[in-house]
Amino acid sequence: MTEYWNPQIERMPLEELNKLQEEKLRHIVHYVYQHSPFYRKKFDDAGVKPDDIKTLDDVKKLPFTYKKDLRDTYPTGMFCVPNTLLVRFHVSSGTTGKPTVVGYTKNDIAEWNTSLARALTSIGVGRGDIIQVSYGYGLFTGGLGLHYGAEEAGTTVLPTSAGNTERQIELMQDLGTTVIACTPSYFLFMNETANNEGVSIKNDTKMRVGILGAEPWSEAMRTRIEDLTGIKAYDVFGTSELSGPLFTECTYQDGIHIWADQFLVEIIDPKTGEQLSDGEQGELVITTLAKEALPLIRYKIGDLTVKNSEPCRCGRTHPRIMRIMGRVDDMLVIRGINVFPGQIESVLMNIPEVGEHFMIIVDRVNELDYMKVQIEMTDAAFSDKVNDIINLENKVASALKSVLNLSVKVELVEHGSLPRSMGKSKKVTDNRQL
Amino acid sequence: MENKIIKQISLFAENKPGKLANVSHKLKDAGINIRAFTIAEAGDFGIVRMVVDNPDAAHSILHNSGFTVSETSVLGIEMEDVPGGLARIAEVLGEQNINIDYAYAFVTKTEKALLIVRVNDIKGALKVLTDASVKLIDMKDIEEYLI
Repeated sequence: MTEYWNPQIERMPLEELNKLQEEKLRHIVHYVYQHSPFYRKKFDDAGVKPDDIKTLDDVKKLPFTYKKDLRDTYPTGMFCVPNTLLVRFHVSSGTTGKPTVVGYTKNDIAEWNTSLARALTSIGVGRGDIIQVSYGYGLFTGGLGLHYGAEEAGTTVLPTSAGNTERQIELMQDLGTTVIACTPSYFLFMNETANNEGVSIKNDTKMRVGILGAEPWSEAMRTRIEDLTGIKAYDVFGTSELSGPLFTECTYQDGIHIWADQFLVEIIDPKTGEQLSDGEQGELVITTLAKEALPLIRYKIGDLTVKNSEPCRCGRTHPRIMRIMGRVDDMLVIRGINVFPGQIESVLMNIPEVGEHFMIIVDRVNELDYMKVQIEMTDAAFSDKVNDIINLENKVASALKSVLNLSVKVELVEHGSLPRSMGKSKKVTDNRQL
Repeated sequence: MENKIIKQISLFAENKPGKLANVSHKLKDAGINIRAFTIAEAGDFGIVRMVVDNPDAAHSILHNSGFTVSETSVLGIEMEDVPGGLARIAEVLGEQNINIDYAYAFVTKTEKALLIVRVNDIKGALKVLTDASVKLIDMKDIEEYLI
């Protein structure tokens, strides 16, 4: 039986939901124009007034907001409320540039918790569950976000944060953790560590659900993780600028539900900025409809995905976005060919002999790009005949070539030699001086 | 006849300085003696193959140290250390269409040559070699330093 956190909102007929969105959109454009000098100027520069926005379709008239805007106004230049009304800050790690600061009013935290409580309910997680939050706690939104969202949903939280893996496995068994929240890479590392200690997550723990995200991962990796550990693995999506982790798939694992009363989703052509229809891959653009401290208008997140506005089999009418296959920034251009690390992961995880860890290395020699993929030797794939190993390397290389249309050198390395990650993993080493 | 099968330790190693030292130290610390040894190298990686006096212990020590390691069934064939010794063995196997995947040889304490072979059909090889009165050594010979 499907359960809902707020059935009235989650199953609202589309027409009604659109009307609600329209009202909230009209409100938020007036709100930012009034409270944010940044947005007032942005709207004025674009020649658009809040009153020009009457229908959902009018959103096209609004200018985009970029990550760069948040950096340029660092730390709090885009905020719509005085600091005295804030109850929390989070700060992004700044791995891809200057950090960005996000502030939250009491209501912003409540909306965030509501979003996650709906999401957790949609994957059957709630009262009676023990959730181990192994996302990092602190400035990163993952840990605290899931923590309060899970409390809101009525689950018991075990706030382990990331790291100290042996202890995580011990507590998982002793307290009977049923749900894990962390990056897919960290969960794989946990599984490996457990196995080394003679513990099977599948047989020796009560773990049944994983809320995995904060880095791109493929459908093939999901199958791997589910087979290895016996859990149902759900994709979680969100970004610190929008609050943090906010949305998950439902039990049908058929796209991530974006709550339309809180956020307005568009998919746009990254080149032209034009809106794309359902089913067309493009860049995700989100307008926050309920945030107070840091509302964002048509924020370009940089993720590539596809939207589906059809109501879901679970009964929820809110739009879904399909698995995020990568960020615009993650795309590698090798000899003029666009390559996403996610495509490589997909190919590798569909080959049973290949283990879960890999590293993509890009070099430039004499003005030519070369891509090498390192994979780890596994007990199952090992043969003491040299030819068998070379054949495996060739098999992987030709599978990659058929998908990427690019020659890739495949190198088998020793088990355990590639880096393990407790947070967002680094799967690409680009040695080119671009 | 089954007791004539020798358990060889095979190990995957990247072709990098210090890798071999690491493996041999692990065995030394456990008091395991290497009786025969070879490396098949193929560019970035190599496969270390060795016959040791306690293969099960060697396997678990290396596996627990994180190496990808297996126990492979091979045959140990005693040859006269004279011209033509190898030719005879190769002929016997070849006549029965048994393929040698790889082989390496060393000289024993008893001044015979010992050939370690992996074949594509170990049962068939055992039979034809026994029929041809070729002397096969067993794990006991290796463990008890009888050769």
